[in-house]
Amino acid sequence: MKYSVDENGFYGKFGGAYVPEMLYPNVEELRENYLKIMAEPDFQEEMQSLLRDYVGRPTPLYFAKRLSEKYNTNIYLKREDLNHTGAHKINNTIGQILLAKRLGKTRIIAETGAGQHGVATATVCALMNLECIVYMGEVDIERQAPNVARMKMLGATVVPATSGSRTLKDATNEAIRDWINNPEDTYYIIGSVVGPHPYPDMVARFQAVISEEMKAQLLEKTGSENPDYVVACVGGGSNAAGAFYHYLDTPEVKLVAVEAAGLGIDSGESAATSVLGKEGIIHGSRTLLMQTEDGQVTEPYSISAGLDYPGVGPLHAHLHQSGRAIFESITDEEALQAVLELTRLEGIIPALETAHALAAIGRLGAKPSDVVVINLSGRGDKDLATYLDRFNLDGK
Amino acid sequence: MENRIQQLFAQKPQGLLSVYFTAGFPNLEDTVPIMLELEKNGVDLIEIGMPFSDPLADGPTIQQSSEVAIRNGMTIPKLFEQLQDIRQHTQIPLVLMGYLNPVMQYGMERFLQKASELGIDGLILPDLPLSDYVREYKALFERYGLSNIFLITPQTPEQRIREIDTHTNGFIYMVSSASVTGSTTGQSVVNTSYFERVNGMGLRNPGIIGFGIHNHDTFTQACNHASGAIIGSAFIKALAKEGNLHEKISTFIQSIRQNEIA
Repeated sequence: MKYSVDENGFYGKFGGAYVPEMLYPNVEELRENYLKIMAEPDFQEEMQSLLRDYVGRPTPLYFAKRLSEKYNTNIYLKREDLNHTGAHKINNTIGQILLAKRLGKTRIIAETGAGQHGVATATVCALMNLECIVYMGEVDIERQAPNVARMKMLGATVVPATSGSRTLKDATNEAIRDWINNPEDTYYIIGSVVGPHPYPDMVARFQAVISEEMKAQLLEKTGSENPDYVVACVGGGSNAAGAFYHYLDTPEVKLVAVEAAGLGIDSGESAATSVLGKEGIIHGSRTLLMQTEDGQVTEPYSISAGLDYPGVGPLHAHLHQSGRAIFESITDEEALQAVLELTRLEGIIPALETAHALAAIGRLGAKPSDVVVINLSGRGDKDLATYLDRFNLDGK
Repeated sequence: MENRIQQLFAQKPQGLLSVYFTAGFPNLEDTVPIMLELEKNGVDLIEIGMPFSDPLADGPTIQQSSEVAIRNGMTIPKLFEQLQDIRQHTQIPLVLMGYLNPVMQYGMERFLQKASELGIDGLILPDLPLSDYVREYKALFERYGLSNIFLITPQTPEQRIREIDTHTNGFIYMVSSASVTGSTTGQSVVNTSYFERVNGMGLRNPGIIGFGIHNHDTFTQACNHASGAIIGSAFIKALAKEGNLHEKISTFIQSIRQNEIA
């Protein structure tokens, strides 16, 4: 496949494993084993049965009738919000926890932004009876309180990241430092298609179930496996990687990656990496990165904790640079409007991250005969406090 | 031709004290005064840290000093400007240490050329992979007469240590234990079996032990197992205290060396 990772861990010129020597043995152990373990029949069997009976897969592909009428096209929602724990994140944590167990690891660490990956990690750790430590930026701990409570309820230790912008980037730094300090017993479950090779490829493979199901469901509902558009939000890019995966080499399917513009691309308060980023290295990967002229990583901004990241996965950097995917950026305000729109038209409250994908529908130029799939990556329960406040629904 | 690092190890194969500090900390213009004080106090090698916003291999002390330094306005061009005449003032071996991204943005070849012009002897870029170095940069480092220093840890397999030894030509930075910089949780840094294993390999490069070296005892222990030791976070903590640079630095270095002859 043209867009899959090469044998050195690169997507075009992006990717690789730029890690300090302290992490080399861990990353190397994973690189040598991930494909082998993932191909083992008993691994597949255990994973498939958990995805089916525990996560609730396959998730439905729902034809959103009223939303389609509004935009005069055919919109399907891939309901990842209906997964156990409320987002696509658990597809990956199920896969990685099974891998960690087979590598004999006893202590699990993770980073989280919106808290969805943290919750999904804490959940599988409870299920597998493994110690779980989740790093989360101090700012995010505040704005995603329900998920912090859920992680604690599940028995995880939530450690605040207090450096830098105190968001996802800094939580990732702290998780990597923990891994350096605990190289033998610890497994790092990265939540997105970021980090050193093989993480981007491994996470994409675990999320690829999204587009695998989509194809079969679309065939049944529309008579074709291929939609005209697949739309997904991108922070690090894991739900987009999963939604795009089986369409990467099908050029007639337009792939639309939607980033967070924050207060606006030119406002200085944004997380739209494809527009504002330059080639660089973050978290062990060569990719597009928001940075100063001197190579210091810039503090991003988005109302959505899950998209508030200054980099993007190397696969997406490659899709952007090669023109395979269309990149859009959506402001906080546009995302909030999209939340209200989906809620009132379809009775589904989406996560703030997901709302960025929804807000891009009007920009597609989709025709009445077109089929548009939006990856509804997560539900909005965690964001209710923000919504009540921003929509003046809290009775104040 | 030998650079100053190689000459140093030839002349003084034991008890070397190498000190790391973050350029631009505590004040932007402290870089050169700190270096001259270190030399005056008998330090053998200086590692000048180029601050980065996201220093993955560093603990809180170096993270914070980096944040302050960046806020003070430290950049690679600024550092090069400060080091413009450094070789008129000192002949101590100098190593620049930092992360790959800022160097990449400056441009690797441009960086190496400039460093070489200024009289820098080596570089430590912990997140530059060995494979990338060999494939893309080794010839450039050699052209500009710069040593590229690699780290090894207790977890580094023997075969990889040998590979690193083949491709480097200054010294090998032996990370004392699995940790980020500045960890002083262990009372001892003596991971004897690891050091002995490495010493028994007959490597062509000498080794210096770093990470967790923070006082006279840990320094002496490290020196018993390698050519010397590197102190970073503990020195930065000393710099962060009240007082003038001259006093802070001489007090600190004396506390490390104690009655040893430098």
